[in-house]
Amino acid sequence: MSLARAIETGDLAQLPSRRDEDWRWTDLRGLLRVLPPPSPPHVGWAAPGPFAGLAGREVKIVNGRGPGGITVPAGERHTVALRFIAAPDAGAHAARLAIEIEDGAELVLLESYEGVGEGYVAQVDLRIRLGAGARLERIVMTRDSPDSVSVSKTEATLGPAAALAQTVLAAGARRQRTETRVSHPGAGGASVRLDGLYVLDGKRHADITTVVTHDGVDGATDQLTKGVARDQARGVFQGRIVVSPGADRTDARMGHHALLLSDRAEVDAKPELEIYADDVVCAHGNTVGALDEEGLFYAKQRGIPDAEARAMLTEAFLGEVVDRIGHEGAREVARTWVAKQLGAAS
Amino acid sequence: MLSIKNLYVAIDGKPILDGLSLDVPAGEVHAVMGPNGAGKSTLSYALAGRPGYETAAGSVTLDGEDLLALEANERAARGVFLSFQYPTEIPGVPALTFIRTAMNAQRRARGEAEISAPEFLRLARAKAATLKIDFDMLKRALNVGFSGGEKKRMEILQMAMISPRFAILDETDSGLDIDALRIVADGVNAMRSADRAMLVITHYQRLLDHIRPDRVHVLAAGRIVASGGPELAHALEREGYDKYAKAAA
Ligand SMILES: Nc1ncnc2c1ncn2[C@@H]1O[C@H](COP(=O)(O)OP(=O)(O)O)[C@@H](O)[C@H]1O
Ligand SMILES: [Mg+2]
Repeated sequence: MSLARAIETGDLAQLPSRRDEDWRWTDLRGLLRVLPPPSPPHVGWAAPGPFAGLAGREVKIVNGRGPGGITVPAGERHTVALRFIAAPDAGAHAARLAIEIEDGAELVLLESYEGVGEGYVAQVDLRIRLGAGARLERIVMTRDSPDSVSVSKTEATLGPAAALAQTVLAAGARRQRTETRVSHPGAGGASVRLDGLYVLDGKRHADITTVVTHDGVDGATDQLTKGVARDQARGVFQGRIVVSPGADRTDARMGHHALLLSDRAEVDAKPELEIYADDVVCAHGNTVGALDEEGLFYAKQRGIPDAEARAMLTEAFLGEVVDRIGHEGAREVARTWVAKQLGAAS
Repeated sequence: MLSIKNLYVAIDGKPILDGLSLDVPAGEVHAVMGPNGAGKSTLSYALAGRPGYETAAGSVTLDGEDLLALEANERAARGVFLSFQYPTEIPGVPALTFIRTAMNAQRRARGEAEISAPEFLRLARAKAATLKIDFDMLKRALNVGFSGGEKKRMEILQMAMISPRFAILDETDSGLDIDALRIVADGVNAMRSADRAMLVITHYQRLLDHIRPDRVHVLAAGRIVASGGPELAHALEREGYDKYAKAAA
């Protein structure tokens, strides 16, 4: 049951609904009464993406059509811009892509969801396999149209000593979901960082869902998601870390912190730790609140006007996640994105 | 310079400042002393314009201009500075960024040109050196993880850089060892000038040995109950606040 299946079969009964525990806050069946017509092929898309100039190679999937995979051969190091574009004529489409990072290879994946059309319905399924000692830094930027429905689902499998670092920058859509499922082998020092940022205004909805399953000893996972919702926007964070039997000495940390900047904005969060192993260090923190009034007064006492003080403190709040991005160019793109999102929303 | 007349401030309906009057002329440093809970911090917040500390009656003017009608940031741009008793942590904002943002916001409000980056850095380096603050500390998020003494020094650094016309120092001495106290006092003394006034709030006479105030006032139960020269501070140190607390009750 998934949006992709509904798109492929035209059967609305395939849509996830609020009765599915994992989808209760992002109900698609209640939302979509009809699907738009299938997206036509679209050739010759030329506009530059948000990471233009940072990647050695660009892979474009327009209206769900494009290459089916990316391979980084063993020992090589690549930076790839992977662009999912919903062109102006987009209707409904689903795309699948496999990413293979062979043993010892390194990939910086600058992934963007670029919604140019209106009212499109789209799903992307990514399968990512990291070989032994492979490394992936993935930055996902979403720029979906406000009236679109956009789902991105990733299943990542790590080999021994592989490292995955990910940051999702979500601007929301009518409904938007970025889901990441990671199978974490532990052993040999494999590590996972899964971060997220959402900055939402209007009636936008962003859902960041992650599931990390630790299957071996000594694995580490570090997660930090921060978000801001104003107007009537809604942020959803679901984070689950499963420590399987035998995955002893796992070190897992998960934080989600959100600012609600209006009375009608909403944030729903469900951090979950399921621990079936011994000697495990697991910590999670979850806060949803308003901007710190004391900090605001302190800044105003020093002469900073209210709106400027709020913007400064909000940007600083989100900056903690931006600072964790390893790739310098992408980090600056993310910083600019945050400032622009906050500016657009204020 | 600063003139407070018959000021009433209630918090959650409970009167805290109860008809307080005080004048601090330009060029002078006045001390306000009083027991815990007397309303000293309430006075500093009311002067600075903290939400929740609105005045129910009375007036506060700075060089004849009504301060109470202004927002906190507007008061700051007119020259009001508060060194907080408990400085707030500002996560994610480096001290240098914060101070520069503040200085430029004030300058813009006054119709002045912004400070250039090199000029700002030169000023910050010079002031940090006099206050014995490691310059690298100014690259860290303001007050986050700073010790009590470091936070107080950072308040004085901000005062030195912003160069306000009227400064309120709310127990800047508390939590300081004797060396830090001297550095802070030197920083305050360096700010003394004919066109500036200061209100130094303290619980102990210790600080006043280093900052010689022109006048000392006793605040008890929300009012100024006694005023005198620097010798009043010594009398308070000897005799305590009891008789004033009783007199006020
Ligand atoms: N925000 C507040 N909420 C409730 N009561 C307060 C608040 N601030 C001050 N008070 C009360 O006002 C009185 C004076 O406090 P304060 O001005 O902090 O005194 P001081 O600084 O002289 O020790 C105290 O009784 C205190 O409990
Ligand atoms: Mg106090």
